[in-house]
Amino acid sequence: MKGAAIAVALVLVGVLVFLAVNGSPAFTAGEGELPAHAKNFLALAAPLAFGSLWVAVIALALAALPAVGVALAATIYAPAPRFGRFLGAVLDLLAAVPSVVFGLWGLMVLAPVMVPLYEWLHAHAGWLPFFSGEPSVTGRTVLTAGMVVAVMILPIMAAMCRESFALTPPALIEAAYALGATRWEMTRAAVLPVARSGIVAGGMLGLGRALGETMAVAMVLSATPDLISLNVISSENPSTIAAFIASTFPESTGSAVSALIGLGLVLFAISLVVSIAGRRIAKKGAAR
Amino acid sequence: MKLGTSKRAVAAAAATGVIWAALAGCAANEEQPSGEITPNSSGPAQAQLQGELNGAGASSQSAAQEAWRAGFVALQNGVTVNYDPVGSGDGRKQFTAGGIGFVGTDAPFSVEDAGGGHGSCAADSSLVEVPVYISPIAVAFNLEGIDSLNLAPNVIADIFTGKIANWNDAAIAADNPGVELPDLKISPVHRSDVSGTTGNFTDYLAATAPEAWTAGETEEWPQAGGEGAEKTQGMVQALTAGKGSIGYVDAGQARDLGWAAIKVGDEWAKPTAEGAAKAVAVSSLESGRGEGDVVYELNRATDAAGAYPLILVSYLAACEKYEDANTAELVSAYLKYVTSDEGQQAAAANAGSAPLTADAELSAKVSAAVERIGS
Repeated sequence: MKGAAIAVALVLVGVLVFLAVNGSPAFTAGEGELPAHAKNFLALAAPLAFGSLWVAVIALALAALPAVGVALAATIYAPAPRFGRFLGAVLDLLAAVPSVVFGLWGLMVLAPVMVPLYEWLHAHAGWLPFFSGEPSVTGRTVLTAGMVVAVMILPIMAAMCRESFALTPPALIEAAYALGATRWEMTRAAVLPVARSGIVAGGMLGLGRALGETMAVAMVLSATPDLISLNVISSENPSTIAAFIASTFPESTGSAVSALIGLGLVLFAISLVVSIAGRRIAKKGAAR
Repeated sequence: MKLGTSKRAVAAAAATGVIWAALAGCAANEEQPSGEITPNSSGPAQAQLQGELNGAGASSQSAAQEAWRAGFVALQNGVTVNYDPVGSGDGRKQFTAGGIGFVGTDAPFSVEDAGGGHGSCAADSSLVEVPVYISPIAVAFNLEGIDSLNLAPNVIADIFTGKIANWNDAAIAADNPGVELPDLKISPVHRSDVSGTTGNFTDYLAATAPEAWTAGETEEWPQAGGEGAEKTQGMVQALTAGKGSIGYVDAGQARDLGWAAIKVGDEWAKPTAEGAAKAVAVSSLESGRGEGDVVYELNRATDAAGAYPLILVSYLAACEKYEDANTAELVSAYLKYVTSDEGQQAAAANAGSAPLTADAELSAKVSAAVERIGS
């Protein structure tokens, strides 16, 4: 056990050293040496970091309610224990689908279907910054990418929620029912407060996976790597770090490669901050 | 834990076995006496060769190389041909370091490097380079009921820079009398990955419409705006799905879309095999190169009738002289097959390229260069 723990830590440190050593030449690289025609490393990294967070936040926002809902349906609201187990198995299957398949689905099925919705959103809610500007004719937007990633992070989030719901002390549940609570009131008073840290932890795990999601985003998103924009239905979207590395690496050489490795380091740092923040929130929830 | 260890041991043993087998294979090859070709008595009139031929280089050729390898091995079943699509730059490095028989490359060796000193060749050998893979790039669009439009280079540049934003723009209408252009937003699509197709497309625009296209030649799309798509299939998908979209893609991959005819001189040219081969043939040979070094300086701004200068050209480079006679025979036979009409048609069927044999003048020059390979 101890050996495994040390091995994991060593791998992590090894990856960090690799990223720092091989990426460092890019931090001082000037115009003409970096991909995406960037002037310096910050100008390259900032829009991509924004894009990564933007896609991840959209995915998290879309997946949060369904995840909690599915987990409730599988535990508290399940008409029979067998139904709950069945739902759990279906979610696990969803987690087993490779991301390139989700990418294909997003590209060929979801994106075209979304076009009329985006046109409608633009016509009726165009005053919001998210829906201003011309909607994409192919549907390959940041919102579509967020939807695909939301489907991908749903299983892990739902599984975390399900486990923490199942841990609600039966005494609390029975006490709530004894006071005359309906099932929904019981859920609100007994299940959700106890499971709060589990829900947050699930969200953070989901966010971590969303940040690193590569293939599905690279395939679905129509990316403009140097753009920071809140518009979610345009054909000009910020790219994400992972997708940018995947699409740029095969034909890159020299300083462009170190820039991509440097971007990996940035993503590593973002993930680290997100997971530390997640742990803090989860701990606070648990203390209450 | 115990099980894990034993599994690992088995895997390691297996891996070692594979490596040993590979080493043994290499050694066997090297020991083969040079100059000896074992003729296959039961074979057809053509001399039957034996041995292994290794190549590496441009990934743009990989589909064509697959077709060539299959076709060549069908004729010469004692031969194994390998092609490792490591990229043009790495392929050229491997060739200079020695160890491979030929290299596929999108950019030919520079004039200085073409002279000699390549590890794969005999000491005093110069290079043979021939264009083998010519692929016309189509400016493809998705407009209902329209499958052909005339687009001049400066109009194409203005569309991709966003200056022309609607299909009913006067500049498009002026070149397309009689075509009912819809009132529809133009959605230009570019490749979001680093791509040779983008390089050739921007090179074409820079040469033919320098005022409208100021970004020059670049393999990475140079500006913000427009839709980005990943790889050729992503481009085709985006064009197929998006009404009013326009993009650039290997013509062989975009058969269901509308194709623009581009302006060449005073005429309008659509991507065709003949036009693509012709565009190479009417370009001038790069000066300062040897006789077997058939490298063209593509004249994108040509006004030759029937030429289609928006093309991607990829070369095969080999040695004029090899140390090893068998390797020389193999390379010579392989390149003869690749540049033959049969080989070029096989690539056209598998990779959608334009057969260079569509232009007799070009074909003759290439054949003469390939004849120089020997030992």
